[in-house]
Amino acid sequence: MSAPTAARMGLIACHVCELVTRAPAGGAEGHCPRCGAQLHSRKPHAVARTWALLIAAVVLYVPANIEPVMITSSFLGTQSDTILSGVAYLYHSGSWPLAVLVFTASILVPLLKLFALSYLAASVQRRSRANLLQRTRLYRVLEFIGRWSMLDVFVVMVLAALVNMGALANIQAGAGAMFFGGVVVLTMLAVESFDPRLIWDSASLPAIQKEVQYA
Amino acid sequence: MCPRCKATLYTASNNSIDRALALMLAAAVLFLVGNAFPVVTMEIQGRRTEALVWEGAWRLHEEGETIVGILVFLTALVFPLLQIAGMLAILIPLRFGLTPRYLVPAYRTIEEVKAWSMVEVFMLGVLVSLVKLAHMAKVVPGIGMWAFFALIIALAWASSTLNPHEVWSRLEMSEPEPAR
Repeated sequence: MSAPTAARMGLIACHVCELVTRAPAGGAEGHCPRCGAQLHSRKPHAVARTWALLIAAVVLYVPANIEPVMITSSFLGTQSDTILSGVAYLYHSGSWPLAVLVFTASILVPLLKLFALSYLAASVQRRSRANLLQRTRLYRVLEFIGRWSMLDVFVVMVLAALVNMGALANIQAGAGAMFFGGVVVLTMLAVESFDPRLIWDSASLPAIQKEVQYA
Repeated sequence: MCPRCKATLYTASNNSIDRALALMLAAAVLFLVGNAFPVVTMEIQGRRTEALVWEGAWRLHEEGETIVGILVFLTALVFPLLQIAGMLAILIPLRFGLTPRYLVPAYRTIEEVKAWSMVEVFMLGVLVSLVKLAHMAKVVPGIGMWAFFALIIALAWASSTLNPHEVWSRLEMSEPEPAR
């Protein structure tokens, strides 16, 4: 792993416009000469920020799944649905492809984000040199799928807006929707604040430096 | 391709600005139509309701779920609007060879806003709600829905056509001094 890297050659890529420039002398952080964005060789405090946002997301994840996201009332009575019971309802009402879709977007994807990003952050802290390429790919998957968890929030919004007929039929958003929206936003921010280049930094650490790190 | 992590670094394509501009103009029209006409119309026992995006967000606010309302309003309406208006404000002057000072910070802002513009997720949500409602009521997709579907295609096409490196290098050529 002795290939020259930009960081070792004193170069910085702007993460907005991707222009590669020479880093300012003395390790000071400057602005991109082309687009004016703040330049960092690595995002500042990436791992700490990722953990902070992740922990906040985990805290919200509990009420997001316990509290009802949707309250349906009609002349037949009132029914509260959590995210999971909403999926169960879709499954039992015969639209299982849709149930699979909502299950993936609302349950699998948030869980995957929480676990996978924790794994990425922890492995960077341990300076792991295993599965570098796979971990980078995992990060790109997380970046891509994050937004799709908003699906359930939009479903609640459309239903609440349409089914609005007083005693006949009425659908209201529940507190769970707010917590769930919070989880989606926080995990998206957590993914954004992580820096995948950190994964490769431990790969290019010289052996001696590595021993010092472990001591 | 990045030799290390295999991400695509650069795709060569020039004159992408003309095509992207045409697609963004189409997107602007579709966005207006999508927000002016109801996305879905529902009928239960002769009573009809229709919903526009901002009405849905407002209804969430009225029910006390203001935060959810704001989140939906931003991701389904404000950020897409910013993305479309911003891209037009950049591509039109560039098309005519002009580079006013606001272009650089504007393009930077749009690149950062893009992740939060979720028209396609919103439309999938509309489809799921349609299926959920089909059991209890008669639901009819409105003009707004078709406009939104076309909008998704136009936006995806525009962003795959536009080569950001071309925009940046044009901005760079015309402006040796950075705008701070």
